[in-house]
Amino acid sequence: MVNVITELSKYAMVLFLALYTSVGFSLVRKPEEEKRAALWQQNFLLFGMLLTGNLILYLNTGNEKIVGFCGVQVILFVVFLTLQHLIYPKSDRLLNHNLLLLLSVGFLMLARLSFDKAARQFELAVLAAGLTFLIPWMIRKSSGKLRGLYGWYGALGFGLLTAVLIAGKLSFGAKLAITIHGITFQPSEFVKILFVFFAAGMLYESQDFRRVAMTTGAAAAHVLILVLSRDLGGALIFFVTYLVMLYIATRQPFYLLAGLLSGSGAAYLAWKLFSHVQTRVLAFSDPFSVIEKEGYQIAQSLFAIGTGSWFGLGLGQGMPYKIPVVEEDFIFAAIAEECGILFAVLLIFVYMCSFYMILNIAMCLKDSYYKLVAAGLGTLVIFQAFLSIGGVIKFIPSTGVTLPFISYGGSSLVSMFAIWAIIEGMYLKRSDEVSENDKDKDKGAKKEKREKPEKPGKKSGKPGVQ
Amino acid sequence: MLIFTGILVLMIGYLIWFQVAKSRETINNPYNARLETFENRVIRGNILASDGQLLAYTEVSAEGKEKRVYPYGCTFSHVLGYSEYGKTGIEELGNFQLLTSNAYFAEKFINELKEQKNIGDSLVTTLDVELQTAAHDALGDQKGAVVVLEAATGNVRALVSKPDYDPGEVAAKWGELSSSEDSVLLNRALQGRYPPGSTFKTITLLEYLRENPQAEENYAFSCEGKVQVGNSSIRCYHGTRHGELDLRRAYAKSCNSAFADIGRSLDVRRLQELTEQLLFNEELPLAFPYQKSSFSLKTSDSEALHMMTAIGQGDTLVTPMHMAMLMAAVANDGMLMTPRFLNRTESYTGQTVERYPVTEYKRLLDAREAETLKGYLRSVVEEGTASALQSDLYTAAGKTGTAEYSSDKNKSHAWFIGYVTGDKPDLAVCVLAEGAGSGSEHAVPVAKRIFDTYYGEN
Repeated sequence: MVNVITELSKYAMVLFLALYTSVGFSLVRKPEEEKRAALWQQNFLLFGMLLTGNLILYLNTGNEKIVGFCGVQVILFVVFLTLQHLIYPKSDRLLNHNLLLLLSVGFLMLARLSFDKAARQFELAVLAAGLTFLIPWMIRKSSGKLRGLYGWYGALGFGLLTAVLIAGKLSFGAKLAITIHGITFQPSEFVKILFVFFAAGMLYESQDFRRVAMTTGAAAAHVLILVLSRDLGGALIFFVTYLVMLYIATRQPFYLLAGLLSGSGAAYLAWKLFSHVQTRVLAFSDPFSVIEKEGYQIAQSLFAIGTGSWFGLGLGQGMPYKIPVVEEDFIFAAIAEECGILFAVLLIFVYMCSFYMILNIAMCLKDSYYKLVAAGLGTLVIFQAFLSIGGVIKFIPSTGVTLPFISYGGSSLVSMFAIWAIIEGMYLKRSDEVSENDKDKDKGAKKEKREKPEKPGKKSGKPGVQ
Repeated sequence: MLIFTGILVLMIGYLIWFQVAKSRETINNPYNARLETFENRVIRGNILASDGQLLAYTEVSAEGKEKRVYPYGCTFSHVLGYSEYGKTGIEELGNFQLLTSNAYFAEKFINELKEQKNIGDSLVTTLDVELQTAAHDALGDQKGAVVVLEAATGNVRALVSKPDYDPGEVAAKWGELSSSEDSVLLNRALQGRYPPGSTFKTITLLEYLRENPQAEENYAFSCEGKVQVGNSSIRCYHGTRHGELDLRRAYAKSCNSAFADIGRSLDVRRLQELTEQLLFNEELPLAFPYQKSSFSLKTSDSEALHMMTAIGQGDTLVTPMHMAMLMAAVANDGMLMTPRFLNRTESYTGQTVERYPVTEYKRLLDAREAETLKGYLRSVVEEGTASALQSDLYTAAGKTGTAEYSSDKNKSHAWFIGYVTGDKPDLAVCVLAEGAGSGSEHAVPVAKRIFDTYYGEN
């Protein structure tokens, strides 16, 4: 009987996520007023998926802790959504839903892989949500002064990366983390954000050649120090994020082209010079010929994905624990194995949908500084997701980066929450811009606009409370 | 934005392509422990001969205990492989299919409800029970290998490697089998590498004809029973003096002196190209683990080595499967078909699930060269060392070989490579008997038994 339930709920999970994603895409460009009913549906689908997933997991493992864990997740999500509604009535719900959806998939997979890690991840998520809760408010209220401090952002970020290079501890061949008072964290996860603010500040003030050269030099220094720390994924993320920001600030295809060429050149050099780069390329190009050692991880990952096939083996039915580092960098393989390739593809769509929404916010912002910040952060998230998933499915060589909101890891989780909160803040800023416009144009219309979001806001708060 | 959409869509496309085109081959790997969990839900399917006879099946006792049964015992050991203590042979090749059930949906659903196992799919192979039995019996207690391929399709009709074992007893006898000095578990047909002896003269001949198109008519050699090479000499088999020879007779009689002399004159670089074209040192299109054949002669090597290599006694090493494939390509007018072990997958009720197509692998020779070689191979049966293969029922052709493999000149591997035509599809054959003696005495009779069986004479 358990078999049959597992079997059927596999399809249910895919269906839930498919509906969720299609609702998400249909809403990207719609104005807030038209979203309400659909957001209600998304809420329902989100919780439906969460409950179904945890039910299968419980049935298959018999672990009663799962029931409690599911309960606290529901509480966290309801509290999060309700507080958001109360404090930021105009916040972008869709973006919040995507955050919770990715988070819940992460909880589910982690609970399946290691309950202790799932519990720890949950604590970290609560912490991250708390820490970042006021960020939107701060962004909204912030004046132009903070953006002038970009020199400090750059210096602080670069200093942190250097500290890691000197004092960091080696894990899986890369120096990523430092430990202070028993708390280990990965500074590069936070330096990413600082870097975006730094580059935005620099390029917002001026786009002349001298300024571009200086900023590029600073960006190259960041990338170089990450390469030296053997954090290839991190280096790539910084590189691509900077390139996109540079292009948006200057609109010069020449810079984009030059950047891509020099990037390819640098990648080639890195491959020639560093044995650990060669190892990754070898594991990518033919993992099965070196399956005993270098190719083991990729091969296990492909076994997992291929054996799982379209609908997956069912939660608790596969062997994701055979894949090294499955809770962190390779969690996508575990998802594909047990929830199926279709589910995994839909997850990619959720990332894409989030990316479009962030870009949409960036495009609508009139303040070109925030435009740059939003575009930079959006690129950061989508490119990180791409690196993580691409590495796991052998589309590109594995660079060992985490999957945003899903992989186990506190620093990654907190920094992703922070990015989401910053974007949320900018969304609010945009609404303010819109309101100001309306004020100038038509005072009567403004009143209506202000009132409208409040009523349905309470309405859609209900499913959360239930 | 478009760029990111592009790469993500590409990535999704790749993931879907992987699942559609690559996943089966990827996951059917001994390192993938996940397939073992399939065994908890599916009873391993049957393996059938090309005509439907059962070669392997799983017996389930009243208490639900499963036992893999191989009705022909040792006969099919290496080609079927075993399924306990790891998997080999077709048991490995088709592991995924055997552990996947395409029974009717409703039936599977009811089984799920009752928590009963489903019945796995059956694999229909290309193997022929009569030919396999004939090859197996004809080789007797002799160590060695026999490969029989259908030239036009690549179908593997028989594949024998000896010593062999009963796949059903592998678990019980594992210690003994895995530590045996004779390497019982080694599939010699694909993984055994042997000096080719005189069978290599076929390749020397082809190269000589390429360099000397007129040799067919003009060639003349006077055999004294040996040729001098530096301080030593190359002798004809048993020191026989073959006297005045044209090229056809030199080949048919397998005259070492003539071919060593030819070897002296060949352009080694072109010979290298030819061997490469014939898949020496190259990957072969085989789904089983195999060794590559190796050819390593260089221009800078000594003249003696050039001459030894020309008669198949240099550093060259070949696998029986590779030699059978070369003969299949010649018989098929130069086109090598990919050796095919599996014909189709059926559900246990006989519904076809998947067919495995016949595929051309590569043109090894043009049709004209293949035609020329056929004439020479035929002459070996008509007037040379394989005359025992003359028959009214079929037309056989081929080349014998007697390959010395140690300093003891009295020890040699017996080879026969060739093909048979008649009113049935052409078969290519390779027989190797380790340390048995001469090819005509010890390998040709095995081929004869196979051909006779094929054409219905026992």
